[in-house]
This record gives sequence, C-alpha cells and structure tokens, in this order.
Amino acid sequence: MTRLAVPKTYKLYLGGTFPRSESGRVYEIRSHDGEFLANAAKASRKDARDAVVAARSALGGWAGATAYNRGQVLYRIAELLEGRRAQFMAEIVQAEGVTPAAASAQVDEAIDRWVWYAGWADKYLQVAGNANPVSGPYFNLSVPDPTGVVAIIAPQTGGSLLGLVSAVAPALVSGNTVVVIANETMPLSAISLGEVLATSDVPGGVVNVLTGSPAEMAPWLASHADVNALDLVGAGDLDWVHLEIDAAETLTRVLQPENGPDAASPSLARILAFTETKTIWHTKGLI
Amino acid sequence: MTASHSVLAQLNTGERAVALIGGDATDANLRRYLHGIPGIDAVGLEQRAAALGTRSIKTSSKKWAIDKIISLIDLTTLEGADTPGKVRSLVGKALTPDPGDPSCPRVAAVCVYGDMVPHAVAALGSAHSAGTDAGVNVAAVATAFPSGRASLAVKLADVRDAVEAGADEIDMVIDRGAFLSGRFAQVYDEIVAVKHSCRRADGSAAHLKVILETGELSTYDNVRRASWLAILAGADFIKTSTGKVPVAATLPVTLSMLEVVRDWHRLTGAKIGVKPAGGIRTSKDATKYLVTVAETVVEEWLTPGLFRFGASSLLNDVLMQRQKVTSGHYSGPDYVTMD
Repeated sequence: MTRLAVPKTYKLYLGGTFPRSESGRVYEIRSHDGEFLANAAKASRKDARDAVVAARSALGGWAGATAYNRGQVLYRIAELLEGRRAQFMAEIVQAEGVTPAAASAQVDEAIDRWVWYAGWADKYLQVAGNANPVSGPYFNLSVPDPTGVVAIIAPQTGGSLLGLVSAVAPALVSGNTVVVIANETMPLSAISLGEVLATSDVPGGVVNVLTGSPAEMAPWLASHADVNALDLVGAGDLDWVHLEIDAAETLTRVLQPENGPDAASPSLARILAFTETKTIWHTKGLI
Repeated sequence: MTASHSVLAQLNTGERAVALIGGDATDANLRRYLHGIPGIDAVGLEQRAAALGTRSIKTSSKKWAIDKIISLIDLTTLEGADTPGKVRSLVGKALTPDPGDPSCPRVAAVCVYGDMVPHAVAALGSAHSAGTDAGVNVAAVATAFPSGRASLAVKLADVRDAVEAGADEIDMVIDRGAFLSGRFAQVYDEIVAVKHSCRRADGSAAHLKVILETGELSTYDNVRRASWLAILAGADFIKTSTGKVPVAATLPVTLSMLEVVRDWHRLTGAKIGVKPAGGIRTSKDATKYLVTVAETVVEEWLTPGLFRFGASSLLNDVLMQRQKVTSGHYSGPDYVTMD
C-alpha cells in the first residue's frame, strides 16, 4: 500500500503570522542530491517592506520589555528548539547532506548559542555601559540602547540553522527587532525556526523571516529609510559595497560580510554592533 | 419619482423634496418614500466593492493618485486634548504636508471642533480659502458632535458659532436615535434648520456635510435611506462617520452612498459630495476609494468640491508613498511629522 506524498508549501513569517508572498511566487527547495523537498515562498520587495512595518510596530514592546524578561524569552526559544531537535536534524541532513551526527552537533551548537546570548540580555548593559567621572555634582551614565529595526542577510553557506541563529540572536538581545533574509537554497531551518518562534513567547513582528533571493530583496532593505541597521553577514556573494552605499544614504548602521567557518561566531561585539550609546546627566542629590 | 429631470432642476430644495416625496415632509410621507426605494443586495454590493479594490494601480497612475488623495484630504484633529497650538501645527501640515518637497499639493481642508475654528482661521491667514476656490477650507464639526444628543437650539447655536468664527464647512451629525425609530421628519427638519443656520450675513452659506454615522445604522438599506433623506433635506455632502464609533468608513458603505449620489444626479442634475471618514489609514486603502468613485459616478467627482477623505493618519502614509515614488527607496515614519 503506497501513500501519496504530501509535500509542504512553506510560507513567510511576518508579524507573527504566516502569509504567502504578496507576489504569489514560490520556488523549489531541493536536497543536497537534487531531490524535491518542498516549495518555499519567494518573497518580493513588498514582502520586505511589510516585514519592516511589522518589525517597526513590534519594536516598542520588545525594546521596552525588561532585560530580564527578554533573557527569559530568548532562553525559552532554546527550550523549544531542544523539543524539536529531531525535526531540525532531519532537515539539516536532507538539505546539507551531512551525517546525522554532524547535524546533531549543529543543532546542539545552535541551542547553546541561544542560551549564551539569552544570558547576555541582562548583563551586556553592565559590561558596555559606564558611569563616567565628570567635574561637577552629576552622575554621568552611558548606556547602550537598541538601534531599532535590523535587516539581516543570513549566512548563505555553512550550517543552515547555526548560521541563522548566529546572526539573529545577537540582534535580539538588546531589544532590536529583526527582518532576516534566510539562506536561499536551504531555507527550511529558517522557516521551521519561524514556526518555533510563533509558538514561543517572542511577540509577533520581533523576528520576521523572508525566504527567496537575497540579491533581489537586499537593495530594497538597504535603501529603506525605516531600517536602522543592516547586517550583511551572508552578503559576501552580493554586490555588497553598493548595499553599503545605499544604506549610508539613510544613515543605516552596517556590518560587513563575514566568510569561513567562524562567520558570525558568538561575541559581545555582535550584540553591541546593534546598539547606540546614550549618555545621561543627572544631578547628584543635594542633601 | 414622477417629476422629470428638467422640472426638478428648477425647483429649490424644499419644493424639490415635496415634489419627490409627494407631499409635505411628514413621518408618514417620508416613510412611504424612503421605504419605497429598492433595497440593497448586500452580497452583491460587497462583491462589487471587493472587485473595485483589486484594480492594479501602477507607476504614473499611482503618482497621480497619491497627489490626488492629498488634495482631497480633510486633515482632522478631533480630540478632547486639542489645543490652539495643536491646531496651528495641523494647519502648518495642511499647507506644507512635505516640507522637503514644495511640489507636494495642499490638503483640501482642516477639520476641527467649533471652538478651534478661530485658531485655524488665524493660522491659515491668507491661505484661508474663505469662499474662493484657492486655498484651504476650515471645516468644523457641530451639532453636539459626535453623539448629536442635545436640543435643537443648542445644535443650531453650535453651528452659528462656527459659521460666525469663519468656518467654510459644517459637519453635522444626524439624530441616529430618531432615524432608527422611524421619526424621519425630525431628522429632515433638523437638517433643514442646520442648513438655514449655515447662512452668513452676506447671503453666502457654509457648505453642509451631513454625517450619517453608518456604523450605527446597522444595514445598507438604512444607509441608503439616510443618504436619500439627507440629500432631500439639502445636504451638500454626505459623510459616512464621525470616526468615534468602532465601525467607520468601509468601501461597501461608501459605494452605496456613491450610488445614491449618482442616482440623485440622474434625477435632478445636482451634484452631491461624498466624504468617507474614519479608518482610512493607508495610501492603498485610499486608492481603492478613488477607483470606486471613478467607476461609480465619474472621474469628475474627484475634486475637493465633491469628494473628501476625513482622515488624520492617512496623510503620513500617503507622504511616505510619495517619498518612495520620488526618491526610489522606501521611506519611514522618521521622515514625516508626528501628530
């Protein structure tokens, strides 16, 4: 008795919902040996624009949440990933053609990275902030604030889940909201991560996942006046110099592409890359 | 509807109503007339509205639509927290919606509460249209807006006050309670009385927009009847909503009102304006209304004299779209004013 295959058509993850691409386009995702796996939505520039709108409207709530609460929410994602590790492993094996042991190691590392970044949520402030000495009866405090909406081009090579997590998690720590263009040829981990996020405590719109062509969407995100920072970590194969020039037109902070196995390796610098330093003067009590 | 077009066109408003209703404007006569109007096929209406919302508007048409939308906006602030300063900044925005681009058109009018009219007029200065075609109008909501729950004397005083302060347009609310309980003559007489109070000493008159508050009328049939009633009584404009109840302007409701306006034009040759208000927040939504107007009446209706958007946040979205068309990249809320 043979069963009909039920191939899935994946959608985008925008504003906490799973819409089809506005353009109606899809593209085929194939395994490492060319076998059909599923259809994914091929997002257009209008989907990218909608994603920015969703990210902008989610920013107030996410940046306004307490650092402790953000840490808990990020940790909960790691818990949910742990619960669905079999699915992520299977997808990695199919897409990347690696051994189950290697896939398992990648999922482990991705989960560990979430936990590591979750821990930073209520600690990076102490490390990066400062009480500055000034010649007057004032407290002078420098504190990092989230930059705002961060557009990320996820790593297009290497581990499909680990690359995405490594790029998205650090931006979320300080309270930024994210629009991420997933790995074009291996987007399944990204879409599944979207499904995890939708059932976690992450408010809708904090992470928005676009699948499709980075070459097509990146210029629109780079030049978008409402995007505050651009992480080009996976844009090495694109004409990224022009993306950087476009981004400069609207004063967008830019992180340049990284290549190799250590791309987007965990660091405090990646958290601080998407913060702005705010300095406050406050009178000392005149008692 | 026995009288012919040419005969009706020569009558004044009151005589025309009597000729159409077939007697004086009593409850009984109005009920017979309004309930004799064919009912609305709600499913058909919604389908038609949905179809009009799918027209693809691209490039040069979109550019035209954006400027057209701006020139049709009644830029509105109707908050309890309004101050003269807030009204001045609203007027500033009405005159130069996009300070970075002088080619951006002005809006049609600013819409404020009656006591803010003097501040709006003063802030507009020489840009106040004051009866001419050029410049920006001042519209005032009156008649105990938004509920309309006050005695007729208070409502009329409210209107006279605004007109004397320099309002060019009066947005009145109908008594929905009276309308829904079938006291059509009361609603009719009130509109007639308000219309009379819109007259100025020099013989000119402020334009009268009649707000039906369609969100409280429950059915499309009621919307159609209220539209006919308001027009019979002498409304220059019929307006969907106050923006103060949960259900404001929708495309099907506006379509049904436009159909009344079209029928009235065929019947009498007179042109009545339509103003959807409340809940229109995006350039995309507003474009659907433009399409609906152009395909229901004619494109000729797309002038500030015959069609308006009552909106506050719509302008910012349209300006962002305009900046996108001009600059080639998407704009953001940081590039328009906060209101």
